[in-house]
Amino acid sequence: MDEQSAAYWKRNVKLVASLIVIWFIVSYGFGILFVDALNSIEIAGFQLGFWFAQQGSIYVFVALIFVYVSKMNKLDREFDVHEDDD
Amino acid sequence: MDLTTLTYIVVGLSFALYIGIAIWAKASTTGEFYVAGKGVNPVVNGMATAADWMSAASFISMAGLIAFLGYGGSVYLMGWTGGYCLLAMLLAPYLRKYGKFTVPEFIGDRYYSKAARIVAVICLIFISFTYVAGQMRGVGIVFSRFLEVEILTGLIVGMGIVFIYAVLGGMKGITYTQVAQYCVLIVAYTIPAIFIAFQLTGNPLPQLAFGSTVNGTGEYMLERLNTVVTELGFLEYTTTNKSTIDVFAITAALMVGTAGLPHVIVRFFTVPKVRDARSSAGWALVFIALLYTTAPAVGAMARLNLTETIQTGEVGAEDGNLSFEERPDWMKRWEATGLLKFEDKNGDGRIQYYNDANKDFAAKATEYGWAGNELTVDRDIMVLANPEIAQLPNWVIALVAAGGIAAALSTAAGLLLVISSGVSHDLLKGTFTPDMTEGQELMAGRIAAAVAILIAGYLGYNPPGFVAQVVAFAFGLAASSLFPVIIMGIFSKKVNREGAIAGMLTGLIFTMGYILAYKGVFFDPIIANTPDNWLFGISPEGIGTVGMVLNFIVAFAVSKVTAEPPEHIQHMVEDIRVPKGASGAVDH
Repeated sequence: MDEQSAAYWKRNVKLVASLIVIWFIVSYGFGILFVDALNSIEIAGFQLGFWFAQQGSIYVFVALIFVYVSKMNKLDREFDVHEDDD
Repeated sequence: MDLTTLTYIVVGLSFALYIGIAIWAKASTTGEFYVAGKGVNPVVNGMATAADWMSAASFISMAGLIAFLGYGGSVYLMGWTGGYCLLAMLLAPYLRKYGKFTVPEFIGDRYYSKAARIVAVICLIFISFTYVAGQMRGVGIVFSRFLEVEILTGLIVGMGIVFIYAVLGGMKGITYTQVAQYCVLIVAYTIPAIFIAFQLTGNPLPQLAFGSTVNGTGEYMLERLNTVVTELGFLEYTTTNKSTIDVFAITAALMVGTAGLPHVIVRFFTVPKVRDARSSAGWALVFIALLYTTAPAVGAMARLNLTETIQTGEVGAEDGNLSFEERPDWMKRWEATGLLKFEDKNGDGRIQYYNDANKDFAAKATEYGWAGNELTVDRDIMVLANPEIAQLPNWVIALVAAGGIAAALSTAAGLLLVISSGVSHDLLKGTFTPDMTEGQELMAGRIAAAVAILIAGYLGYNPPGFVAQVVAFAFGLAASSLFPVIIMGIFSKKVNREGAIAGMLTGLIFTMGYILAYKGVFFDPIIANTPDNWLFGISPEGIGTVGMVLNFIVAFAVSKVTAEPPEHIQHMVEDIRVPKGASGAVDH
């Protein structure tokens, strides 16, 4: 693998790793491991931990994928490995 | 117009639409049959993926499950959505770049081994049949309840419809019917939810109504629910009695399992570009989230409605419970199906619904003069009965019937297609009869799809008593066998043939063995299925997570002590990591 591709791959893995950390925190963290602690906070009729488990984590998942898509498209162009436009 | 006639019309129209699409989108090449010619727009593919993914279980059962599990139902909500992040970031773009037709084909190529490919096909067929049996059963139930026909008749009609568009249209036909089916099912799911949310809280958005105050009380819905159910001896709605480690393991097994399900992965083979595969996963999750953020609200509202319908006054008061004679019509209709039952144990002519398994509550119940819980409600009826409970017009009920059928058929078709491509492409063309022409392979694919439909129909009619139990199988196996080898195939250049096969077999045998031991699928369980007996306190539903970890460990360890993958395989891995040069769309 040449240096350029290795650098591209490294950036890719770093991006994915940071997004997966957030993914883990909102679902397994807020929704499961720390659910009791967060449940003592109540916002607009929701206990916060319960809300993350049944609503919030899903919204964050959607956002994470679109952040990934846009950052990867930029990265592809930066390293000139993007696909041709039609 | 009466309900049955109206339901026939609505369901009939939806079928006509699916068949029309199938004729328009007939597949003429293997490329079209397996991956819709790789020409599907990413948003369209996202919608098709959502329908492919959301099964009869999501549409019919999930909200009911959540209604009775409360916070414990969160494992399904997070588990069945979180997997899409893994798909988008770890699998879909690379598999699209790889650019062939099936998941076992990738595993076979990456690990330069026909044995690996065959192991993968076996996992795939097992996972998919397990899953499809449940779908056909769902079709049968909806038919028998709403169209008042025998389950067998319903099944045959359902099989006929799937036959037409899956066998003729292949992936291309399935993709566009799934889009139509998504529209039907999401409309059918959200309309009753909006009506009920508005009736209950004055806020029409179920996602917000969930956190609003209940009309005429000034109390937040979830607080009220907690009070109402605990007064009857049930567990507080926003808590669970499952251990944290078990909730964690089940969620992980469902998430990873989702990302390892072949019928979902293969949908990302159908888009034109690598970057489309990424965004398509995002769109899929948007469409899925519409239903998945509505479902917990539906569950909570249904639980509150049901409890307050029965417990009309103060708990323990003589006239605090619904009189049997005055029960609403929807209860009478569901009694006829046997899915709702009432037994007047204390002979007072009123219905008591409470948790009689709660020992701490028993003294109170005796004091009230209650002699046991008198109402049993099958959780599967919550979504189907919802429009009736909320007294919505008949056309909404008819639409819900069509939605349930759409959810089941769309998933069944996706599953049948991966089974047929596994047989015709991986087993026949790829392994046993490589000299086939394209025309012969296409014919073999169609025959395999037809045979698979017959088997699925049989399983739906004679559900081996374990259908409900083996769902854990499908996810556990996908999580512990397919997912790790695909991930390692992309993110490591060093994992080799020996490692992959050893890893897959370890994950597979461990997970299957554990589930069989506690669930006893063809025989009595060997060990009682109770938390005290579980390994690390993890239930069979969550054990796929442990199987996955074992798969990774064994694969890396074995790869370390055996020969590295050949040069050209390492180049292949480097190649799938960059988007540039993906094979474009074929004739579409």
